[in-house]
Amino acid sequence: MKHISLDINIAGIKMKNPVIAASGTFGYGLEYSQLIDINFFGAIVTKTITLEPRIGNPQPRIVEVASGMLNSIGLQNPGAKVFIEEKLPKLKGYGVPIIANISGSKEAEFVKLADLLKDMGLSGLELNISCPNVEHAGLFAQDADTTYKLVRKVRKVTSLPLIVKLTPNVTDITLIARASEDAGADAISLINTLIGMSIDIQTKMPKLANVIGGLSGPAVKPVALRMVYEVSKKVRIPVIGMGGIMTSEDSIEFLLAGASAVAIGTANFVNPNTCCEIIEGIKTYMKANSFNKISDITGKLK
Amino acid sequence: MKIFNVKKEIIENKKVSADCYKMTFESKEIACRVKPGQFLHIKCSDTYDPLLRRPISIHSIKNNVIGILYKVVGRGTGLLSKKTSGDPIDVIGPLGNGFDYQLLANCQLPILVGGGIGIAPLYFLAQRLTEQCSNITVLIGASNKCNILCIDEFKKLDCKVKVSTDDGSDGINGTVVDLLKKELVPENSKLKTQNLKLKIFTCGPVPMLRQVHQLVSKYNVSSQVSLERQMACGIGACMGCTIKTQNHPESLRDKTQNYKQVCKDGPVFDIKEIVWEDI
Repeated sequence: MKHISLDINIAGIKMKNPVIAASGTFGYGLEYSQLIDINFFGAIVTKTITLEPRIGNPQPRIVEVASGMLNSIGLQNPGAKVFIEEKLPKLKGYGVPIIANISGSKEAEFVKLADLLKDMGLSGLELNISCPNVEHAGLFAQDADTTYKLVRKVRKVTSLPLIVKLTPNVTDITLIARASEDAGADAISLINTLIGMSIDIQTKMPKLANVIGGLSGPAVKPVALRMVYEVSKKVRIPVIGMGGIMTSEDSIEFLLAGASAVAIGTANFVNPNTCCEIIEGIKTYMKANSFNKISDITGKLK
Repeated sequence: MKIFNVKKEIIENKKVSADCYKMTFESKEIACRVKPGQFLHIKCSDTYDPLLRRPISIHSIKNNVIGILYKVVGRGTGLLSKKTSGDPIDVIGPLGNGFDYQLLANCQLPILVGGGIGIAPLYFLAQRLTEQCSNITVLIGASNKCNILCIDEFKKLDCKVKVSTDDGSDGINGTVVDLLKKELVPENSKLKTQNLKLKIFTCGPVPMLRQVHQLVSKYNVSSQVSLERQMACGIGACMGCTIKTQNHPESLRDKTQNYKQVCKDGPVFDIKEIVWEDI
């Protein structure tokens, strides 16, 4: 029997398997290192950082809904300086590629941050142009031209692999994906959360202080899968699929739909061992189906 | 600190009042490391609905047997209450920072103040406090006589137990804050002459904790509070459970320093650290 390899190379980022810790759910990696061996992940995408520290949104920030959760954290983070000086040196001690997720409320902030992070030993950057929990006139990733301009500018200041994370809250996500690719993105990741809300009928108030928040968890999986399927047919760059993945079966669905790798978010909260279980599950599936490498599965939907 | 995700068998899960249950299971990994005030993140369902774990404080430790005392407040705890002896239970812990319960030898008296299900973590604290102190006062507040929890357990530890009920069906007719007021006022002069200091540990509903805060601020008594918040990760990664805390010296440089995570920095805080108007 041939050797089975889970290695992948996404936009120049070499990973030992296609299972990535998704941004926002894994902190800066260090929190979970007390509980699991974070080296099992193919890569870790850190929680969004912005140029300046952010205090985030008022409480309550999370509410559980049927098969999922809504969050309105509001990108609370200690800012670029603390990330570079305190978080990153510890993270780099692990043998796993680190991808920094960055965001900002202006184009210039993304550019400045990407520039700051270019020589910090990171494996890549993920542009969060799709967080529903911050205030500005619409999300960057809700408009193809805005996305193109932003990615283009960031592309000019960094040679790091550039992943653009897209929002599902659009009429046609393939247009935004194409704009990202045209502007020089190396990969696309999708989906960020779906905008939703929940109401307490006794108090007659929204359950989130911010009224609306981002839906994640198994509830969003069919939507995410459909979007990965659509986008991967329209772009040549790799797609990292995410949205409600809980098991290896879920992951394989995303790969078959066209994803080159998958990211695990909300599932980490429920089962911190999800990543390891998915890796084992993918291996078993590959054996049973005579697949030797991950790219044998990617896009093999009949 | 090492955190474990263990899958164990439930030893017992029994109803102890109209809506409260006590569950036990064995976990050497957690039991030998846990401190009073720390909590567990417990999976209540085998399906995706409800999805998230439930943070529940540790109520007792005996040898390697861990006890939790919890109130059924929704579907998650409802499902937990249906589990029976021999059923599997999936637990992450120990999580968070517990109580700082080291007493200054011979000059500190602990008072434990629990409102409703807030009494749960205070019993484990009393278990550990008995190792260094024989003069523990426990104030228990409940809505009525049927909902008073743990009175016999505390008495078995030789604690001095006082009770309040909202309807006067047992103990004094009032709240646990009224009980605390009585402890603080007359004792104050006596404590002073004997050079004794009180150390208060409290847990309960937020309105009660606010009143405790006002009271202990007035008398300047050292107090620690255990807070409850909805959580997603329970481990300090998601920033879902933050609370506003008093101005940190570093906050001019980084205003996020004025926000703490209940799961990682807490659930136990110095009562003065919390911005109570914001909770």
